[in-house]
Amino acid sequence: MKKILIIEDESALQKTLGDSLSQQGYQPISALDGEIGLKLAQSKNPDLILLDLILPKMHGFDVLKKIRENPATKETPVIVLTNLESIQELEKAMELGATTYLVKANYSLEELLAKIKQVLSE
Amino acid sequence: MKYITIFNELNITRQCKRYGVPLWQCPQFLFLVMGLVVIIVAIATYYIGTQYIWDPRLVALIVLIVSTILFVVGFIISQSFERLAEANKIKSEFISVVSHQLRTPISNLGWAIELLMSGRLGKIEKKQTEYFTILKENIGRMRELVKDLLMVSRIETQTLLFKGKEFCLAELTQELIKDFEPVAKASNVQIVFNQPKRIPLVFADPFQIRQVVENLLDNAIRYIQNKGDIRIKIEARDNKLYFKIKDNGVGIPPEDQKYIFQKFFRADNAMKYQTQGSGLGLYIAKSIIEKSKGRIGFISQKEQGSTFWFYLPILKENNIKN
Repeated sequence: MKKILIIEDESALQKTLGDSLSQQGYQPISALDGEIGLKLAQSKNPDLILLDLILPKMHGFDVLKKIRENPATKETPVIVLTNLESIQELEKAMELGATTYLVKANYSLEELLAKIKQVLSE
Repeated sequence: MKYITIFNELNITRQCKRYGVPLWQCPQFLFLVMGLVVIIVAIATYYIGTQYIWDPRLVALIVLIVSTILFVVGFIISQSFERLAEANKIKSEFISVVSHQLRTPISNLGWAIELLMSGRLGKIEKKQTEYFTILKENIGRMRELVKDLLMVSRIETQTLLFKGKEFCLAELTQELIKDFEPVAKASNVQIVFNQPKRIPLVFADPFQIRQVVENLLDNAIRYIQNKGDIRIKIEARDNKLYFKIKDNGVGIPPEDQKYIFQKFFRADNAMKYQTQGSGLGLYIAKSIIEKSKGRIGFISQKEQGSTFWFYLPILKENNIKN
């Protein structure tokens, strides 16, 4: 069973995403802030990370940077999932090594799940 | 550090950009203009004074009084413009914050309902599906409104980025017509578009132009009563590509026509036929087209229908999509 780490401070979104992913046969792991997210990324060795940007304790960009610096998580695909839509943020995320950048408001749950499936199969 | 602050205060273009207003409305610029006016009037008063008054002390006194009065008036005017500009800036920031903050709960709601409707959490009765559909549609409306508000805030704070490239406007239009087909059918509206064979590519931001065409199509369908048709035409003329959309809807009353591109404005008859609508679509369309170095306009007759048109620049005549 593939493990997906969800680093997201919105508990409502955590629940929806977690339930949907379980339904699809994945094992979701939840982290409500950046620090815990980074710790779990290193200890649980997930197959994919969904990362929000505005997070308590540690900003998503710092989490992403640390994930890419660690040899154990260097290759783990990271989908940045945020509502920030400016080109600066997108470029910075891609520069820091995000696999893809999705704006929550522009994606339906179905489309998001399809994207996750696609990233995992690559 | 202090010198930099003083320099920044003096840098008029920078100050005006901060307020996001045109130069002639910018308080710092107005203050400068008023200063010039004071100097000119002071000199003029001096010359006129010396023609008629022999006592130089009296001339000096008159020049002083006139300059002071003008200076005070100028100061009050530029101060009130500054307050207006400040209020305008706060309003734009407010729209930006609110719309950003609304996005998160809207995604939460949207995804939660999608999950419920998928039936993966349990079987859904037919009646429940009906209500879920209502919820879903309303979330869609909120999402569109927030999208428009964000767009307005980007336009006003001049943070709307232009990612220009060459693309085929006819293809984009065809795609959108396909998306709108179900809505059009439900409203008894027929969309006629004869896609031209060879058409030059336009240079603009395709995502933004998509929104313009979307808004124009949406309006055309929305304001057709009972039944009607929409005709779209795309043609190239003098290095420009013209897009024309004609409907036989309710039209725009002559007294409302000059306000139609203002934000939040909705024509009287539009309010009567369609209570929904934010009055942002055409404002956004105009801002986008002008930013793309094009122009937008319309002709309309009440009860007869409207024709909206815009044009976009063509970079090279030979870049043709077959």
